[in-house]
Amino acid sequence: MKLELRGITKRFGDLVANDRIDLTFEPGRIHALLGENGAGKSTLMNVLYGLYTPDEGQILVNSEPVEFAGPGQAMAAGIGMVHQHFMLVPVFTVAENVVLGHEPTGPLGLIGLDRARALVRDISARFGFDVDPDALIEDLPVGVQQRVEIIKALSRDAEVLILDEPTAVLTPQETDELIEIMRQLRDAGTSIVFITHKLREVRAIADEITVIRRGKVVGTATAQDTEAELASLMVGRAVSLGVEKAPAQLADGEFTVSGLVVTDAVGRRVVDDVGFTVRGGEVLAIAGVQGNGQTELTEAILGLRTPIAGSIVLDGTELTGLSVNDVLDSGVGFVPEDRSTDGLIGSFSVAENIILDQHDRPPYARGIAMDLRVVRERSEAFVEEFDVRTPSVEAPISTLSGGNQQKVVLAREMSRPLKLFIASQPTRGLDVGSIEFVHKRIVAERDHGTPVIIVSTELDEVMALADRIAVMYRGKIIGIVGGDVDRDVLGLMMAGVAPESAEQEAAEHPTLLHEADVIADDQQSEEPS
Amino acid sequence: MTQEPENPESPVVPEQDPGTGARGNRDATRPDDQWLRDAMHRMLTSNWLVTLLAIVAALVISGVLIAIADEDVREASTYFFARPLDTVSAAWNSVAGAYASLFRGAVFDFQAPTLARAIRPITETMVAATPLIFAALGLGMGFRSGLFNIGAQGQVLMGAAAATYVGITWSLPVVVHVVMAVIAAMVVGGLWAGIAGFLKARTGASEVIVTIMLNWIAIWLVTYLLTTTVLRQGGSRPISPAVGENARLPLLFGEGFRLHWGFLLALGAAALVWWLMERSTIGFKFRAVGANMDAARTAGINVNMIFVFVMVTAGILAGLGGAAQILGTDKTLQAGSAGSIGFDAITVALLGRSRPLGTVLAALLFGALRAGSPLMQTVSNTPIDIVLVIQAVIVLFIAAPPLVRSIFFLPSPDRPRRVKEVAA
Ligand SMILES: Nc1ncnc2c1ncn2[C@@H]1O[C@H](COP(=O)(O)OP(=O)(O)O)[C@@H](O)[C@H]1O
Ligand SMILES: [Mg+2]
Repeated sequence: MKLELRGITKRFGDLVANDRIDLTFEPGRIHALLGENGAGKSTLMNVLYGLYTPDEGQILVNSEPVEFAGPGQAMAAGIGMVHQHFMLVPVFTVAENVVLGHEPTGPLGLIGLDRARALVRDISARFGFDVDPDALIEDLPVGVQQRVEIIKALSRDAEVLILDEPTAVLTPQETDELIEIMRQLRDAGTSIVFITHKLREVRAIADEITVIRRGKVVGTATAQDTEAELASLMVGRAVSLGVEKAPAQLADGEFTVSGLVVTDAVGRRVVDDVGFTVRGGEVLAIAGVQGNGQTELTEAILGLRTPIAGSIVLDGTELTGLSVNDVLDSGVGFVPEDRSTDGLIGSFSVAENIILDQHDRPPYARGIAMDLRVVRERSEAFVEEFDVRTPSVEAPISTLSGGNQQKVVLAREMSRPLKLFIASQPTRGLDVGSIEFVHKRIVAERDHGTPVIIVSTELDEVMALADRIAVMYRGKIIGIVGGDVDRDVLGLMMAGVAPESAEQEAAEHPTLLHEADVIADDQQSEEPS
Repeated sequence: MTQEPENPESPVVPEQDPGTGARGNRDATRPDDQWLRDAMHRMLTSNWLVTLLAIVAALVISGVLIAIADEDVREASTYFFARPLDTVSAAWNSVAGAYASLFRGAVFDFQAPTLARAIRPITETMVAATPLIFAALGLGMGFRSGLFNIGAQGQVLMGAAAATYVGITWSLPVVVHVVMAVIAAMVVGGLWAGIAGFLKARTGASEVIVTIMLNWIAIWLVTYLLTTTVLRQGGSRPISPAVGENARLPLLFGEGFRLHWGFLLALGAAALVWWLMERSTIGFKFRAVGANMDAARTAGINVNMIFVFVMVTAGILAGLGGAAQILGTDKTLQAGSAGSIGFDAITVALLGRSRPLGTVLAALLFGALRAGSPLMQTVSNTPIDIVLVIQAVIVLFIAAPPLVRSIFFLPSPDRPRRVKEVAA
């Protein structure tokens, strides 16, 4: 099946999310759509999948114009989609999820679950997926959940399979398995649309690459192009891919967590006997798949959660038992992982968000009276310093882009003398320009002698920033390794393999991306500079 | 959606959404009545035009009801097809007559023999508005802080009872007595509301439920106290004696008018509340908690403390409303002294979008409906209940801004208002 998009335009108010996009997806090809956060990739795919109606343009299936009023019609036409955010019911089994929405019914209208199971087994066998039809979704690791989504699409005879940022949640090894699956499907004649903003993946997998920037197709590329070339096409200017940083200069400060145990509402140990030390002037990254206790760890440090055991000591002062306010006052800067819920107040102005944790002390307030003039002047200075693009400091923060919102959070947290800086997912959802900015500020804070903790699920970010890396798995720290560790080793540790065996295993079974990297490195070193 | 690691033996289910991230269920104070809060938020963020149109729509709908209820209109409608104009003119007469008498009773009586009688209605409107302003200011502060306090009724009544107690049992010099009575009302109203704030902070109990229950407790407590010597001195009816002369709020324009100092105090309270909410660190915290509790907590604001604070402040204001009603208007306390002040105040606060100026205006509107309806009933024979209909329809419309917008063909405000990212 050949799928074409012609002149697709989609607007949200004044924002043109897709601007006259032309694309053709051929059968048996892996077509990568590359573009940074906010480029309009998901919007385009939602148009294709019938979730949005385009303002202009046409969709053609085998050269026939079609119109999809909803995903049902898109599916019927042979288009399957695995969303960036999975659409599975956690308390249903794999088989139930796969047939959800078009359940095979037997006599009396009962759902024919046997047929559903058979369907799952059949597809699993065909492509070598290892999926138990009777497992509950919530018990499955995220990589397997994703496979269930793929099975779901295939069970509806998808001839075009759209994968929206499928690797965002995977470890390198899981990514590897996904690549394997994509190749098999391609060889079986499915056309695959692979959406990503990660350069290394595109180069390893794609047959064709189309780059989208600010809603427009800005060019096509091949897997032979270098990452730097792809990056500059994607961003629109030359970008430095790594983070420049000098070796760590250890300074005085010291932050130590030991024997920390945090339980959740039902008493499970979500942080289990965690201990580490960060010295001034170094970045400790806490890596791991989302949901392995990192959130709870940072919240316990900040005083949002009360640990049931252990201690948290900053420069000799015990932080456990202190209120959030006191923790902040003792010199902790904190960038929460979810800026829209925990970091910012959407209806408040940029200025009010900048002073959120300082509003009741000088110079912003005298007694209980706030000095709005000082608030405005200071926040204007911060907006300037942190390059926040906003019409004014009075604008509601919700009208700013994610990158600018995050800069506001950083401005707030870094605008006072710090003894410890913690940032969770500091660049999640940001564009490349903002990512560069955020990374630079973090490195600057480190070089200033502050102990820095970065919690990130993005391996690239961890590798770029960390001097040392602690990997969390099921609430425990599975190992602390140096910042120059091999990606594959880190990936295995994220899946729960201890550091020593991880090293061994990584050496024996390098991942595809790893091999691609090695080749790319070779090429680069061959190129005369 | 929140997923946290299962027990250490079962596989970990990571958060699936890299865009929004996971958040633990951090404590017990996370509200279950989120829908209520969302509805509140919508009401508070709808614009002035919608509010105004809601009032217009309510008057139109009530006009239809007035016409239907009118004898002449019904009679004329029996021969509607023969002489349709009769029905139309009868309807016009009844509606115009009703609203004209409402106006005469509430704002300016253009048929009055003396100027004093002519302007008396507007002062009556202010009298009726006074306790509403106080109570609604407190509720509005709560709404903006994310607390749905339905307890103004009980708080008003408790404040009224405290003021009465001081007014009838203590004997103090001029000024001092009324000040003490007012302070007593503030303290008792604040404590009464503080119970709900404390329970929410401590146990996560919904303030909606707790304040409703406190309303009942207040009513029966006062009813009981009115049978004891605490509030009743002699007599058999459950009604307190009049508060002492020194404990009364002085009249503003002498004996001919009931308008008293309470109205000025209410305006002063509105100004103070405005300053508190917009210019003080306390209001900043209140608004932060109301707009995003999680972010407020992460920024070091003690959310539980704020709950208590907000409720106490609201209770103080409601208590003042009770004091104004007794010390300024009624002079004696009955179980029904609070009337429906506490409930009307909810509508007033919503109609005023919880802003002090809006609240004052909305309270005046409600005061006008209350002050004008008796004349409307006697002059134009319109049932007094039509006023309740107007109030109810206003609530209905401000609770459903999309409805008002579609009736009046207004554009929806929900269009994304994003600043296009400037080249980064
Ligand atoms: N439903 C929506 N309403 C308003 N704006 C939206 C909506 N969905 C996406 N956008 C905006 O459109 C742009 C493209 O978003 P998206 O397609 O999700 O980007 P990508 O998937 O490439 O990261 C972004 O600026 C985003 O904020
Ligand atoms: Mg996307």
